[in-house]
Amino acid sequence: MRLLQVAALSLAVLIAGCRHSGPQPVKPTAYGAQVTEVSGGKQIAQVGSVLPQPVVLQVNGADGNPVTGALVKLHGEGLEFTPAESLTDSSGQVTVAVQLGFNPGDYQVIAESPKSGGGASSLTLREIALGYEQSTGKAVNDQYCIRCHDSESTPERVSNLDNLSTAPHLFTDGATLNRISDADLSNIIAHGGPALGKSPQMPAYGVTLKPAEIRAVIAYMRSVADPPYQMPGVKYGK
Amino acid sequence: MTDKNKPDPLRSRPSLKEVATFGAVSFALLVSLAIAPGKNYFSDWRHYQKEYLKLASQRQGGTLVRNFHTGIRQTWVPKLGVVDRCESCHVNMNGALLGATSQPFTRHPPIPHSLDEFGCVICHRGQGPATSVEDAHYTTEAWEQPLLPARFLESGCGQCHLAGLEGTPRLNEGRKLLASEGCAHCHNITQPDGTIIKPSDDPPSLAHIAEKTTREWIYTWIKNPQAYAASATMPNFQLSDQDATDISAFLISQSTPSPAAKVALKPASTSPVDATQAATLYGASFCSSCHAVQNAAGNLVGGTVGPELTRVGNKVNPEWLRRWLNNPRDYDEGTPMPHYRFDDKQIALLSSFLLAKTDSDFSSNVHLPAADADSIARGKKLVTESGCAACHQVNGVNPPQNFAPDLTRLGSRALAQVVFAPGMKHNLPDYIVAKIHDPRSFGPGLKMPKFTLSDSQIDSLTTALLAQTDRAAGFPKELIIAAKHPTDYHPGGEAGRLMEDLKCLTCHSINGNGGDMAPDLSREGSAVQRTWLEEFLKNPNTLRPALIRRMPKFNFRQTEIKTISDYILSAYQGTGVDSQTLDPHALNADAAARGKQLFYSKYGCNSCHIADYKTDKGYVGPALAGVGNRLTPAWTYKWLKDPAALRTGTIMPNFGLKDDEARDLTAFLMTLKAKQGGGK
Repeated sequence: MRLLQVAALSLAVLIAGCRHSGPQPVKPTAYGAQVTEVSGGKQIAQVGSVLPQPVVLQVNGADGNPVTGALVKLHGEGLEFTPAESLTDSSGQVTVAVQLGFNPGDYQVIAESPKSGGGASSLTLREIALGYEQSTGKAVNDQYCIRCHDSESTPERVSNLDNLSTAPHLFTDGATLNRISDADLSNIIAHGGPALGKSPQMPAYGVTLKPAEIRAVIAYMRSVADPPYQMPGVKYGK
Repeated sequence: MTDKNKPDPLRSRPSLKEVATFGAVSFALLVSLAIAPGKNYFSDWRHYQKEYLKLASQRQGGTLVRNFHTGIRQTWVPKLGVVDRCESCHVNMNGALLGATSQPFTRHPPIPHSLDEFGCVICHRGQGPATSVEDAHYTTEAWEQPLLPARFLESGCGQCHLAGLEGTPRLNEGRKLLASEGCAHCHNITQPDGTIIKPSDDPPSLAHIAEKTTREWIYTWIKNPQAYAASATMPNFQLSDQDATDISAFLISQSTPSPAAKVALKPASTSPVDATQAATLYGASFCSSCHAVQNAAGNLVGGTVGPELTRVGNKVNPEWLRRWLNNPRDYDEGTPMPHYRFDDKQIALLSSFLLAKTDSDFSSNVHLPAADADSIARGKKLVTESGCAACHQVNGVNPPQNFAPDLTRLGSRALAQVVFAPGMKHNLPDYIVAKIHDPRSFGPGLKMPKFTLSDSQIDSLTTALLAQTDRAAGFPKELIIAAKHPTDYHPGGEAGRLMEDLKCLTCHSINGNGGDMAPDLSREGSAVQRTWLEEFLKNPNTLRPALIRRMPKFNFRQTEIKTISDYILSAYQGTGVDSQTLDPHALNADAAARGKQLFYSKYGCNSCHIADYKTDKGYVGPALAGVGNRLTPAWTYKWLKDPAALRTGTIMPNFGLKDDEARDLTAFLMTLKAKQGGGK
């Protein structure tokens, strides 16, 4: 009898201990037809850091108007979301902080919102994480390249892009730069535009930059390319 | 039973029960002996190595699979005290298996170090010798160093690299913030090379505060500094109304007259001031290079060297402001603000412009009771206890010693020594983040104030602090890459006094000391020609059309210009840049014609520089129209050959020019004499 009591007690303790004490699952009060991005896609940040801007998503109904109280779930390999599940506010939007993972490269933010008739509408956003090599490349870019290869100006630095007779490619211009091999890019950076029959307005940086820095700039260009850069060679599925 | 009847225990056959017991014990022994090899067989690393082999044989096969040896893999680096077995599971660190995208088989991203030389835990923390996922990555009872979250990873680099690295923006920012946000005023932070982090901010002396501002302003400011200036670095001490009342009473009472009060100044004229003229003078003096003002959209526009001026009219006493503009050195000997040599009219214009920068809501409903002796005494006690004197000079209060905990080894602090707030995760990075975010949440009566920092800045500070480890303190000295520290260079003599008065070093760096806003002047004397330099000092025309921050115009006397020019031209000479560098006869018309070809066709110099305002548009480098009047031929030649050798950090690339190319380009540039001083 005594033994039975002890067993019952320990079983009760065990069950209480096992009970999931996490947040209650969020229940939607309304359903939308489509998830759209308001802001926060294609951000660039250090590996492991929280993106500088939150991801803001909106759920619209079939009529195209924002829906309040619709559930939005986010997931993505290597990413952490705060909160991962939430209901849209009065303007039909959710705001989520996203933390990147350990590895440099592309991350996919996948947002899903259940529809009323079952199934879910989904949206995929791309975020970019810079590792050590890409950060080194970014530092070199910010020091040298950005003055001509960026159309934005700041108080410290006015863009020189429009002053050049042959417009330089933005580093985000994947459509053009993805087709140029690492070896060719390295040549242009080290020996200037004329090395590949391009404009002499691109100076030679081979003496100024170390080979590792040139590799780093290329790694940075590849990581911010849009559409994303694919490594040449065999591709495997997951 | 008698002794006779008892069978001899050694001879009798064992009973069934005995056999069963023996069997059970033997079986238990066998099972217990099997635990160790069983654990080994079912270990995490063996599981992952099997999975890796499966993946490798599916995809690549061949030598990759044949050369793979199952077993624990260990990196041992005795001089760093590293024993890491991480690669037992993370078998693909070198990326031999292509395209593996999920852990533990991803390739290590490229870093400048070999993994065999440094191991893993030096950067990542965690338990190196562990062979199970749980033990290696997470906190266990015997091991309190879990894997470092990726956002603090750069702290690993910071253990050896005290100089900034291009690839570690977060660590660099954190180190800068430790100095600029005032942490180092109260905390001692000794780095692995023995240098102590020095504060880079310059909190004002409060010894003459009553001259500068009112008690009401002090009250409102110390209650919430960011309400006055969004960019203020002074932290919030979360003072009660009574405390702020007492402290303001004490600060006013301790104030003594400054030398500025004795300077005779013409009384302010009562005639109205032209507001447009005043704004023009503020712009022409380039005040915004150092001082920021919040614009209508709420953005701060301007530099961060001096204090924000958005509501300066609420703060300063008009009489003090006129004396300050007349000569800031009278009030504060060490201020980085230059002595502009404004005349009376200019002082009137600027002070009217600045006093108009007010916010009618600010401190309008503050009515303080008259200060009595009790209040002043309480104020003094609070100022002493809160450690105000760690940052500010206060009459009658000495700077506190060992006021705050030493942070030298914070990155290795044992969790047993850490007092966690209720409900927070028990690990060091989370503790440091929470402590910086809201120090007072750890208990009432704590002294550390609340700083205005973004989450990203707090992560950067935490990264820098986590680099302060026990391990780093014990590293071999040859591993430590020391940071470059500013020298204590100051120009000497009469010109030195003048340059000190003008605070040239606030913006320019000379011989390793000074700011980075303006060009380094260490070798300026061999670069420029005298006539150009004197003209420039008289009327600093910009060389860079697109630059917003520029050299302000100081109202120099002719003798002062001569003194400074003489000094720059004789003291700031570069080695190997002299009349012997280049044969003047080589700079002939033929060479200039070849140089022009090189300038426009081969090297595309016009993409960054303007040689002719009619055709060229380059914005990056200084305009070269008139460079023949500005630079010396020897400097130009040497510069073209290797710019970084003459000025560290220049963005002008080294084109690897041949001697004759550099000579021809110099010849061409020296023909560009059309306009004086860069011209428009």
